[in-house]
Amino acid sequence: MSGDGLRHATEGRIDRGTVLRFRFDGTAYSGHPGDTLASALLANGVRRIGTSVRLGRPRGVMSAGSEEPTGVVQLEAPFPDPMRPATMVELHDGLVASSLSGRGRLADRPDPARYDAVHAHCDMLVVGAGPAGLAAASLAVRSGARVILADERPEVGGASPDTEGDDWFDRAGARVLTRTTVFGYYDDNYLVAVERRTDHLGAAAPGNLARERIWRIRAGQVVLATGAHERPIAFAGNDLPGVMLADSARTYLHRYGVLVGRRAVVFTINDSGYRVVADLAAAGVEIAALVDPREATGGTVGGQVGGRYGGHVVVAAHGDDAHGHDVLSTVDIEPVGGGPTVRVDADALLVSGGWSPVLHLYSQSGGRLRYDEVVGAFLPDGCRQAVTVAGAARGLTSTTACLVDGVDAARQALTALGITPVDWSPPSVGAGAEGPPPATAAPGGVPDLRFVPAEDYSTHFVDFQRDVTVADVLRATGAGLRSVEHVKRYTTAGTAHDQGKTSGLLTSAVVGQALDAGIAELGHTTFRPPYTPVSFAALAGRDRGQLYDPVRVTAIHDWHVRHGARFEDVGQWRRSWYYPAEGEGLAEAVRRECVAARTGVAFMDASTLGKIEVQGPDAGRFLDRLYTNVMSTLAVGAIRYGVMCGLDGMVFDDGTVARLAPDRFLLTTTTGNAGPVLDWMEEWLQTEWPDLAAWCTSVTDQWATVAVVGPRSRDVLARLAPGLAVDAATFPFMTWRDTVVAGLPARVCRISFSGELAYEVNVAWWHGLALWEAVYEAGAPYGITPYGTETMHVLRAEKGYPIVGQDTDGTVTPQDLGMAWVVSKKKADFIGKRSFARSDTARPDRKHLVGLLPEDPTLLLPEGVHVVDPACLAGGRLPEPPVPMLGHVTSSYRSAALDRTFALALVAGGRDRIGDRLYAPLDDGRLVPVTVAGPVLYDPEGARRDG
Amino acid sequence: MTEDLPEHPDFLWRNPEPKRHYDVVIVGGGGHGLATAYYLARNHGITNVAVLERGWLAGGNMARNTTIIRSNYLWEASAGIYEHALKLWEGLAEDLDYPILFSQRGVLNLAHSQQDVREGARRVHANRLSGVDAHWLDPGQVKEVCPIVNISPDVRYPVLGATYQPRAGIAKHDYVAWGFARAADALGVDLIQHCEVTGIDVHDGRVTGLRTTRGPIGAGKVALSAAGHSSVLARMVGLDLPVQSHPLQALVSELLEPVHPTVVMSNAVHVYVSQAHKGELVMGAGIDAYNSYSQRGALRVIERQMSAALELFPVFARAHVLRTWGGIVDVTPDASAIVGLTPIDGLYVNCGWGTGGFKATPGVGWCYAHTVAHDEPHPLNAPFRLDRFSTGALIDEHGAAAVAH
Repeated sequence: MSGDGLRHATEGRIDRGTVLRFRFDGTAYSGHPGDTLASALLANGVRRIGTSVRLGRPRGVMSAGSEEPTGVVQLEAPFPDPMRPATMVELHDGLVASSLSGRGRLADRPDPARYDAVHAHCDMLVVGAGPAGLAAASLAVRSGARVILADERPEVGGASPDTEGDDWFDRAGARVLTRTTVFGYYDDNYLVAVERRTDHLGAAAPGNLARERIWRIRAGQVVLATGAHERPIAFAGNDLPGVMLADSARTYLHRYGVLVGRRAVVFTINDSGYRVVADLAAAGVEIAALVDPREATGGTVGGQVGGRYGGHVVVAAHGDDAHGHDVLSTVDIEPVGGGPTVRVDADALLVSGGWSPVLHLYSQSGGRLRYDEVVGAFLPDGCRQAVTVAGAARGLTSTTACLVDGVDAARQALTALGITPVDWSPPSVGAGAEGPPPATAAPGGVPDLRFVPAEDYSTHFVDFQRDVTVADVLRATGAGLRSVEHVKRYTTAGTAHDQGKTSGLLTSAVVGQALDAGIAELGHTTFRPPYTPVSFAALAGRDRGQLYDPVRVTAIHDWHVRHGARFEDVGQWRRSWYYPAEGEGLAEAVRRECVAARTGVAFMDASTLGKIEVQGPDAGRFLDRLYTNVMSTLAVGAIRYGVMCGLDGMVFDDGTVARLAPDRFLLTTTTGNAGPVLDWMEEWLQTEWPDLAAWCTSVTDQWATVAVVGPRSRDVLARLAPGLAVDAATFPFMTWRDTVVAGLPARVCRISFSGELAYEVNVAWWHGLALWEAVYEAGAPYGITPYGTETMHVLRAEKGYPIVGQDTDGTVTPQDLGMAWVVSKKKADFIGKRSFARSDTARPDRKHLVGLLPEDPTLLLPEGVHVVDPACLAGGRLPEPPVPMLGHVTSSYRSAALDRTFALALVAGGRDRIGDRLYAPLDDGRLVPVTVAGPVLYDPEGARRDG
Repeated sequence: MTEDLPEHPDFLWRNPEPKRHYDVVIVGGGGHGLATAYYLARNHGITNVAVLERGWLAGGNMARNTTIIRSNYLWEASAGIYEHALKLWEGLAEDLDYPILFSQRGVLNLAHSQQDVREGARRVHANRLSGVDAHWLDPGQVKEVCPIVNISPDVRYPVLGATYQPRAGIAKHDYVAWGFARAADALGVDLIQHCEVTGIDVHDGRVTGLRTTRGPIGAGKVALSAAGHSSVLARMVGLDLPVQSHPLQALVSELLEPVHPTVVMSNAVHVYVSQAHKGELVMGAGIDAYNSYSQRGALRVIERQMSAALELFPVFARAHVLRTWGGIVDVTPDASAIVGLTPIDGLYVNCGWGTGGFKATPGVGWCYAHTVAHDEPHPLNAPFRLDRFSTGALIDEHGAAAVAH
């Protein structure tokens, strides 16, 4: 069919004065502002716009809305976008699209668009801006409520706006979101919508504008005025391009000024088809036949009709040789129950199988649905959430009824909100806009006709996108399936892009007929978000790239960057890993840094350690329950190492506790665990021990911490803090002092994670860099060396200090780590205590943290390798899997201080194997002999640390 | 890779009325229950068996999971049962005479930090000693396996490498469930749908039958296999299972031309994704934090998951979410399952699979059937005993497997 004359001279809300150029499948076409891609294609006479996924059948446009099952295209320009319903793509200049066969294509280049999200709160959210929604929003606005009105279309007015307009609606009084689909209804009246902000602008879209925006709306009351979808009827060839849902022909006429054909057959089982006949006939379309299975039809036909076929059905749609077999040419009509076939020429077959209220959001909200025999569809039947359904969404069909219902719904909702509704009604609409009476309630109506009886159901389609026919559904029931959910999965009906908006009830009806069961009994498949497809990018919003999880850096970070540090991610933090000098790799740099710390002085940025202050009269009691050891006896000014376990007795975190005052403690946690530890503390305080007067505050970002480490650290500190007595007697290990360092108020803690004499100097975060630079300068005479996490790991491993999360994995007790001393025997209870008494937790052959010394002192064991008992070897080789594993290497380093490689490992019964030889199977097949040692390989007496 | 799905058989199962008594009644007609019924009949010749399903067959987590199959678990006990399952998967289509679309396209578990790298290396070494195929890939090799993964070092959490199990993959979940159901039905097992258990009868410490919405049903043995609702059932006999139920959400996109040839999982950038046979992207992430029996979750979890997906796969930006849904996962304190005997004679429990139950389906069915038939655990499920929570002999997969099963 050529496009000549398919554009009506006056109808529609398009801008005829402006021409938009677009391409479809390589051919250039034109349209106008106000068009969708679908309306422009129809106006150009393009009927076939796709190929079905399974059967390869031609497919066209079936509807004018988001329920579109077949007219789904690939956008190519301005940017590739897969599987877009042509009915929802607003035409713009330069649009390029192509047809699909059921699968879309992703772009092979990054999407340049931006996406964002906003939160909004309102008294009333009205979803759908048709007559009911507009009336509801209007009353609510006039009554002083904060209203959001959202509609998926570019303008308010509903599916096929009547020309009388809606002047009574005060747009300025509400937040009106057009091009906005409310797609999810979650608990506590939390609804989520996506607003399409730039697609309709094409290449003219400003680059700074987010392409799509997610609206997260919390509404006091919700009015769902979501309308209804017209249903198809299954008959032979009902998928042929040219077969459409009847009322969409009205929409194409009134909204876009497009005639969907020149000679149409209307096949309806309800009175709404009659207004289609009237409107199309008035617009000059020849109505070749009106087919209605009811003998006595309701209402008169307001237009010339070639043939009236009461008591008839359409049994088949065909193409022909003259026009091609991929578009409609003829329609076969037969009496209900069989009889002579009448063949009618037509280029459009407009089908109305009744209307299904759009209750997706209602169902998502937890609302129940009941099948209504009169309406022939599911209707709302009660919901716990604060929601009211209005208009066609609850089965009403006339515009007047919908307007009145919208007002009623708003009145209910306002009253529930405690807002007094004003006395207002929309002006009555003209008689011309009056819709038909309820769908199948007409006198003499036949039972719901969902599919036309036939011998062969292989082209009676129920799901057009998934190519599912009545025959497929019957095959499913024949296989023994009784549930609509099973039939859905057997046939794939309802699983496509449109999620069965037009096919759901049809499928159920076929199942019901096959099983002699009612639709009410069968129920419906579950409605799930989103109502219509939502792009991944919209949901991701701005939380991408560097904002996916903002990098946390310390106050000293820029210095590290300037000095060539390599970094590693530890939790959210970016920490200095090592500081390679010219020509150095990791190994060389770490060796140099370690030597500096062991023989001179080195310093590191320890600001990322988690810091939590606990205050209150019960702070000490609280910490006694939290840690395995006693904290309440700590003297003010002193520091104690502590371990936290989970309920299972497994190490969860470790750190130090400093007592600042009788009712004030400062805890440190591992870098990655700061958040989880605070959550853990709050969980216990809030849910188990609300009686405890103790409060926790994260102060991680309040304190910058510089660890000064090594035999000369005391000299450096003395230079920086002349007011501080730094001698071992006055300022002993595991104490802290408030003082002034480098002119800055500081808290100095004498603690050590390296085994060396060390001080951790804490200053206010914004003084961090000044402190660091002062330490660098004061240490220069001693060759002070910055070091990163890798050197920290080596130094602590030489001392056998475990790192939680590296040397533990949630299955390790303090006793396993050789730290039975940190577990109080005196305390009545603490988290994890009970678990230590379990038989398996008390087993002597549990895995212990031990040292491993490769017999080749230059061989560095890969972390993660396992060790096996020589007894399991056969002829010096590993046995067939499964090979019994004794444990694995948790940490492995080259040690300058030991002048050899070494490792820490968790080994079954490890402390009883000290001195034994085990084997580590490597990737390359080698079996490496290693000797088990105690975990503390350097300065076991602790003389250096305490010096 | 995208292809038409094979047809289901013309006949699946009978819809019988429940008999008054069965030798074994399995409560829960999900994948595990159906597999158990099948192996009871096939391996042990026990065919006077009913599977009771509260709703529609395999309509719980079996219908809701993301179908990932792998066996690269850290601990020997886990690797043992999952690897047994994987070996069964490899012959399952033939065994069941059902096209279950088992596709061994491999699974990548990405590492994004030095700690991830250590954990990955540890798991690879453990897997090899356990007899599970496992490889460590550097970022370039990751790109070779899955060209669309973003391995740029300039992203927030760069890919530092990955563990790779080539024998891992996906299957079509409904086909698997229906394959087991059809085969069990053919061997004489009664599949009773829309039959909710309302009580469990116990006399002298031994189970004797069930009360159901379709009347009382006598039973010589009762095998619970009800995932997220296991604790509800166990409470009927005063058994307090250490299980918490959480919603777990998943989603699919529209059908797309092939872009993603394998399965990618990431814990740090938390998402797992594959492209199913028809072409849709299938994705999941972590559980919703709050306990719930409702099969729905919060959008925030989905939004976060999409952010993660686009970090790893920028080309997914314009794909569309067609459908999200939720299942109820039953999580134990050590994130491993409970499969075995209970303090009540003739009552057995299989639960606690959390987010990882689908991949275990044939392995669990095999071992659980053995447990029921012999009244003692199969060696592969012996470590998964209920009393390990009082002895402390835990199988803690949190360490390396974390949440993203």
